[in-house]
Amino acid sequence: MLISYNWLKEYVNVEISPSELADKITKSGIEVEMVESLNKGISGVVVGYVQECIQHPNADKLRVCKVDIGQGEVSQIVCGAPNVAEGQKVAVAVPGAVLPGNFKIKKAKLRGEESLGMICSLQELGVDTKLVPKEYSSGIFVMPSDAEPGSDALEYLNLNDHVLELGLTPNRADCLNVLGVAYEVAAILEQDVKLPDTTIATSEEKAEDFISVSIESLEDNPYYGAMIIRDVKIGPSPLWMQNRLMASGIRPINNIVDITNYVLLEYGQPLHAFDYNRLGSKEIVVRRAAEGEKIQTLDDQDRSLKDTHLVITNGKEPIAVAGVMGGATSEVQNDTTNVLLEAAYFASSRVRAASKDLGLRSEASSRYEKGIDRNRVYAAAKRAAGLMAELAGGKVAEGIVEAGKREVNTYSVKMDVSRMNNLLGTTISSEQTSAILDRLGFSYKELDGIFDVVVPTRRPDITIEADLIEEVGRIYGYDRIPTTYLLSEARPGGLTVSQAKRREIRKYLEGAGLYQAVTYALTTPEKSTHFSYTEDAVYPISVAHPMSEERSTLRMSLLPQLLEVLQYNQNRSMEDLAVYEMGSVFINRQEVLNDLPEEYVFVSGAVTGVFNEHLWQGERKAVDFYVLKGILEGLMSELNLSERITYESGEIENMHPGRTAVVKLDGIPVGLVGQLHPALQKELDLKDTYVFELNATSLIDAETEQMVYQTLPRYPSITRDIALVVDQDLPAGDLFTVIQAAGGELLKEVNLFDLYQGEKMEEGKKSLAFSLKYFDPERTLTDEEVVTAHNRVLKSLEEHFGAQLRK
Amino acid sequence: MKDRLEALKVEAIEKINQSHDLKDLQAVKVAYLGKKGPITEVLKGMGKLSAEERPVIGAYANEVRDSIQLELDKKQTELENAAITEKLAKETIDVSLPGRPVKQGNAHPLTAVVTEIEDLFLSMGFTIAEGPEVETDYYNFEALNLPKGHPARDMQDSFFITEDILLRTQTSPVQARTMEKHEGQGPVKIISPGKVYRRDNDDATHSHQFMQIEGLVVDQNVRLSDLKGVLETFAKKMFGEDRKIRLRPSFFPFTEPSVEMDISCFKCSGKGCSICKQTGWIEILGAGMVHPNVLDMAGFDSKKYTGFAFGMGPERIAMLKYGIDDIRHFYANDIRFLKQFKNA
Ligand SMILES: [Zn+2]
Repeated sequence: MLISYNWLKEYVNVEISPSELADKITKSGIEVEMVESLNKGISGVVVGYVQECIQHPNADKLRVCKVDIGQGEVSQIVCGAPNVAEGQKVAVAVPGAVLPGNFKIKKAKLRGEESLGMICSLQELGVDTKLVPKEYSSGIFVMPSDAEPGSDALEYLNLNDHVLELGLTPNRADCLNVLGVAYEVAAILEQDVKLPDTTIATSEEKAEDFISVSIESLEDNPYYGAMIIRDVKIGPSPLWMQNRLMASGIRPINNIVDITNYVLLEYGQPLHAFDYNRLGSKEIVVRRAAEGEKIQTLDDQDRSLKDTHLVITNGKEPIAVAGVMGGATSEVQNDTTNVLLEAAYFASSRVRAASKDLGLRSEASSRYEKGIDRNRVYAAAKRAAGLMAELAGGKVAEGIVEAGKREVNTYSVKMDVSRMNNLLGTTISSEQTSAILDRLGFSYKELDGIFDVVVPTRRPDITIEADLIEEVGRIYGYDRIPTTYLLSEARPGGLTVSQAKRREIRKYLEGAGLYQAVTYALTTPEKSTHFSYTEDAVYPISVAHPMSEERSTLRMSLLPQLLEVLQYNQNRSMEDLAVYEMGSVFINRQEVLNDLPEEYVFVSGAVTGVFNEHLWQGERKAVDFYVLKGILEGLMSELNLSERITYESGEIENMHPGRTAVVKLDGIPVGLVGQLHPALQKELDLKDTYVFELNATSLIDAETEQMVYQTLPRYPSITRDIALVVDQDLPAGDLFTVIQAAGGELLKEVNLFDLYQGEKMEEGKKSLAFSLKYFDPERTLTDEEVVTAHNRVLKSLEEHFGAQLRK
Repeated sequence: MKDRLEALKVEAIEKINQSHDLKDLQAVKVAYLGKKGPITEVLKGMGKLSAEERPVIGAYANEVRDSIQLELDKKQTELENAAITEKLAKETIDVSLPGRPVKQGNAHPLTAVVTEIEDLFLSMGFTIAEGPEVETDYYNFEALNLPKGHPARDMQDSFFITEDILLRTQTSPVQARTMEKHEGQGPVKIISPGKVYRRDNDDATHSHQFMQIEGLVVDQNVRLSDLKGVLETFAKKMFGEDRKIRLRPSFFPFTEPSVEMDISCFKCSGKGCSICKQTGWIEILGAGMVHPNVLDMAGFDSKKYTGFAFGMGPERIAMLKYGIDDIRHFYANDIRFLKQFKNA
């Protein structure tokens, strides 16, 4: 909302500067987002009178003017505006003047003719083109004839004014008009509000003889009033009104339309002026539109209506969409003489429906949507009718033809001063409270610190005690509220086990060399299903109105987005990358989403390029499967899950069929690790890329045993090495399992220390060497015991895999 | 005989001093102290001596032997040290060469900021509450005093999935869920960090996905002045001890009264600069006293209990703290950007 400082001063006494005022308003609860000076750096612009205006001898498009710029001084000024003419009062930038953009005016010769300054358009004085009245939009601005030559043109044009831009929260629709802001400012500055004069002289004629009004549903339209103003003369509105409209961001049109806009800004009451002679009947009927009913609106667009829209009709067809826009047929035009002035209260839901469906948001519709002051409708109508009489020469017919109830009753809200002090932490007295309520213009009764406050109809946001407490508190001043500390007993804070473990996982992965990424949860429908390793049917979850296809569907895996991170960085010449993300994925097993989807925290990583590097020592090693597997093994050990995790080769969409393992916890899949499928790598233009993805929720929720201290071994261990020859395709993991099982209690550690598959081996065979460590924490082992256990291992290996000791 | 021993001692010490390495020294030792050495020889002739002389010469011989041994030991230590010094000299490396890099990643700046804020509130006795990112209309709006058709819903354009299910637009539904779980019994003292979603076009200052941290305290006798205390502690810890805070009245549907908190500008200390848009103040968060409707809906007796809530944006805080000018940096994950937050 734009508020003219000068206009505001008409209703409330303000003796501080615009910026001081802005500061006080902000501190009291309405944020002033900007204070804009309408003078954008202008000096030296005066009113001039064009005494003579002749064709330039050497230029078709230029005129040479003699302009009286006050105190008998007449300057010759060359002007290129098509509308310059003798007898005009104009704004003249004299030599030495400065225009916006630090444009300095100097004496000049234009095609041989001397020019002592410049006659200005409004745009040249810094007014936005879209606010300049149409007739002056491509020429100079012509001022009223009573302007005094030589006087400051900025005063006439109100360019010494300042505009306060208010950032209004939805509860403060009462400040969507100058009077509302005046009430607010009056409360802050402890001043009174001076209301505009709404007494009008009426003619002998009676409005009811011209029109009848009926409403189909009082719920849709609680009140409709119509006034008749006869014999108006359409023309421009006075400059002061045009100035105020422009300062408020509205372009002047003609006196009648300007008056409705002016009163809209002043009272917050949307008004509409119909050309009475073009109504097509003598009645107004407000009703719902029929589905598909047509109307041509003021902007000459044909609109198709719905039965949720409210229309004003002439008893036959729509002549306006209620609260949104008038119809073209009954529009006020230059030959209009009789005006029907509509002042109504439409239900915000009806206006919202039509304005949304038709894509029409106007000053009027947004006010109806946010709620207007019901008890101000009639005053606003009288104000506008009075201005039409005053400024357009109209005769106001007596009375207002109405349907519905003109005013509503006020209600009161109770407030207990001691409860207020308990809520705010203050010690505001009843006397202070009374004084503040007086400033706010609220009437009340008080008994023993309990206030019964009558809420003015302009403040429908106040419905409960807390609302009043806020009103008193903010006028009292939040900077006067003390700083205290919570009285409640001290309780330890602290992370839950799950939160602590998630932090631990992140720290671990970062320690392992991975950078944390945070990506978007919304992706494409196609990518949302990538890398799924669950066998159940899942259904992608798409939002109803996405901003783009790229961000339309919730992810089921973090990997597609992590791969985008790799692509993004590779495109910027960063080749060696290691990133991880921890975030939610969304799994939906319902064909139609009725219940919330399942959400899991996943932790995933993607690594490409060189992972280990120490150049001058000749080390430069690209990532491979075992780098990632090693990271996962360390992580599982960190989570105390090593014993329960297995890695089984598996085929997963988009993963390399021979280099991928499904990670299982107690035999149930919880993730994957492996290389991207080369085809996908190619498609994404990525180098060899290894990824992992784990369902962190499953890992965290897995019950683990409390860690128990193991006594340090006091007895020596015995180590035996074995080298085995087995079939090439036998997974080493199977050997580990068998060795561990056969070794029994005494076998405490098995390590693979050599793997050989090459020329020296028989075709289809490979050799693996293990080191087995035996010990008993309670005693020294005998050779015999070790030999027995070890032979058991060898025998079992031979039985299971035909494994031979390598010679 | 004594003279002979004296002469041997002088001779032996001279030889010891002339030794250049441990091998020479060993030879000297064998030559003088060995079983066939001259001192042994001398002692063998002791039989010829008188009973009085024998112990005297014997003692003297031992003395000579000890002195030689002492010299030998001294020399040995000396030679060994020299050998070590020489060996170490040969082992010298160039310590100015770069070390072997230890792979080390780091947290995303948003995580760093969120963790810092979490830790701060944990230390004040708060716990962390979490909830789903896909929410019901009820928890996201209705339970927070935003019934269907409420104009304030327009403040948050939402990603609806169905009529009743949406991506949460705020982490406040976690507050509603937490209060509900408490079944009307205080105190509640939580913060709820998490991702939220709104239908915004991504640009330098808007993101359709962003983070929020909200806080909630519900108990008997919780006051606006207590909120001021908590927020002041937060502001000083996050932005420096000499920060001042200012509360401005504002509006949120789920709090009444509602406030916005500004901190005095950490760049210009209130004089006015580009960060604070010449006002000396920077808007940090929104807060307020929990709306009685919200308490009642969650099963708390609003006559008995009061509470405060606050909410802030980690992106905004990180942008202010580190001088980041575009919110999209957080989600592009440029590795050169991420690496800068090693010490964050
Ligand atoms: Zn500053």
